[in-house]
Amino acid sequence: MADEPNEPKPPQVPTGDKPASTTAPVSTPPATPASGPAAPPKAAAPAPPKPPVVLQTPLNNEFVTRFRAKFGAALLEATEDRKQAILTVDRARLVELALHLRDEEKFDMLADLTAVDWPKREKRFDVVLNLYSFPKNERLRLKVHTADAEAVPSVVSVWPTANWQEREVFDMFGIIFSGHPDLKRILLPDEWQGYPLRKDYDILQQDTAWVRENLGIESGQ
Amino acid sequence: MGPQHPSTHGVLRVKLKLDGERVIGSECIIGYLHRGVEKIAENRTYQQFAPYVDRMDYVAAVSSGLGYCEAVEKLLVVEAPPRARVIRTILTELQRIASHLLWLGTHALDIGALTPLFYCFREREEILKIFEKYCGARLTTHAFRIGGLQYEAYDTFEKEVERFCKDFESRIVEYEDLLTQNRIWIGRTKGVGILTAADAIAFGVTGPVLRASGVKWDIRKAAPYAAYDQYKFEIPVGTTGDTYDRYLVRMEEMRQSRLICLQAIENIPAGPILAKVGKVLKPPPGEVYHAIEAPKGEIGYYIVSDGTVMPYRVHIRPPSFINLQAFDRMVRGHLVADVVAIIGTIDIVLGEVDR
Repeated sequence: MADEPNEPKPPQVPTGDKPASTTAPVSTPPATPASGPAAPPKAAAPAPPKPPVVLQTPLNNEFVTRFRAKFGAALLEATEDRKQAILTVDRARLVELALHLRDEEKFDMLADLTAVDWPKREKRFDVVLNLYSFPKNERLRLKVHTADAEAVPSVVSVWPTANWQEREVFDMFGIIFSGHPDLKRILLPDEWQGYPLRKDYDILQQDTAWVRENLGIESGQ
Repeated sequence: MGPQHPSTHGVLRVKLKLDGERVIGSECIIGYLHRGVEKIAENRTYQQFAPYVDRMDYVAAVSSGLGYCEAVEKLLVVEAPPRARVIRTILTELQRIASHLLWLGTHALDIGALTPLFYCFREREEILKIFEKYCGARLTTHAFRIGGLQYEAYDTFEKEVERFCKDFESRIVEYEDLLTQNRIWIGRTKGVGILTAADAIAFGVTGPVLRASGVKWDIRKAAPYAAYDQYKFEIPVGTTGDTYDRYLVRMEEMRQSRLICLQAIENIPAGPILAKVGKVLKPPPGEVYHAIEAPKGEIGYYIVSDGTVMPYRVHIRPPSFINLQAFDRMVRGHLVADVVAIIGTIDIVLGEVDR
């Protein structure tokens, strides 16, 4: 979690910003008579609303306690973001944890599997699994951190739906899933160079390269 | 098979391994329509990206748009006003009917029934006309905005929706007269492409395909969004999970959508249609996963914000892509002629499979 949520910024409520600045001077001029005309909206806006709404909080419910008691150190972090539960777990024990979540905690569907690139972090990728439980009608997000050269254990044996989704993550990020039955590109052609959804993959890169290679000129983009 | 086939409305290539006429294995080759939608999202503002999601499932653009707008609203911690939510519900349900009609027409056409297509497109046209009157576009509508709606419902909106719903009741009967008891239709669909409930869940299949396998699950009930918690409707389910069951489930879903529309137009609350979201959207840092019940299944948006005007990461969970993965399981042991029926019954749109 090196460079993602730094701490919610103070001007929390993006909703109020614009309208507040136009109405504030009209409705509350006596409150801040001394300050210049430019100052009051800025000062008035953050002051009256209660302290910034905390969107990310540590998660500590019965389920997490149970999970921690059983797996201890494998659970690195349990948080809640906008009321959605997120567990960050040890990469090496992913399959074991996935089996437990599927069979004991009844998260029987892997709704979605994807990744996020944080290039400044030591372990630059988050692999994100969104689980759903039909019996409990609950969702749970599972995350593992991984670096460029480190393989993530494949969960195809636990949820067969992971097959294409892991291939897509490999296609777009170049993350290797160990134990995957057929790890190859899925959406892009097999001979494609690079991994487009990495942050250092520039959006104009292949366009300029193609123009240079095939037309022998510099691209005008 | 492929790369072009009429039932796919796009380009899908299927490698089949055959033993005579019998399929013993298959592999789908996809990606022909890949446009890098998720990469585009990282280089656009939240509002600029909204029209792009319409180009994924282009026959159900309203549903994709609703999912995206609601996901960003969750990220911003704002809610659309009640009036906007009800109008969104009506348009999304009309879109579900339109999407199912397109599916029914082309699916029947693939199997050899030419007539239903003309009937289905006749009714679909009425829905597209309502969309056109509402927002000016028929297909890639960009009907909703983050925080609510941009356009008020036009003057005769309720009346036209009501007239469509009234007429549509007898129209569904017409389709069913053509197909439900038709011997050829039954012969081509019953027992074809069976997917058990356990397999459906393991493959992450959602939407009508999951329900036809007997799992009574619909996000509109499980985690109501828009205004669905206010209306009464049933979730149709199948028993065997074959192509015929999926047909019956979708027919019943159209009836239910019609009922939702009729309930909704009775009482559209007055009030604003757009929440106060400001012109520049900077969601507080964090992430959200939001899923809605699109006509084809669960469409989910996983959005990560770093507090700037552009999303740090947008991932789309497309129902077509995930459902297509179960194709191999459904097709094994069947004849080559059934392959077309099975591709059609999953109801995929390649624009969404490939993104």
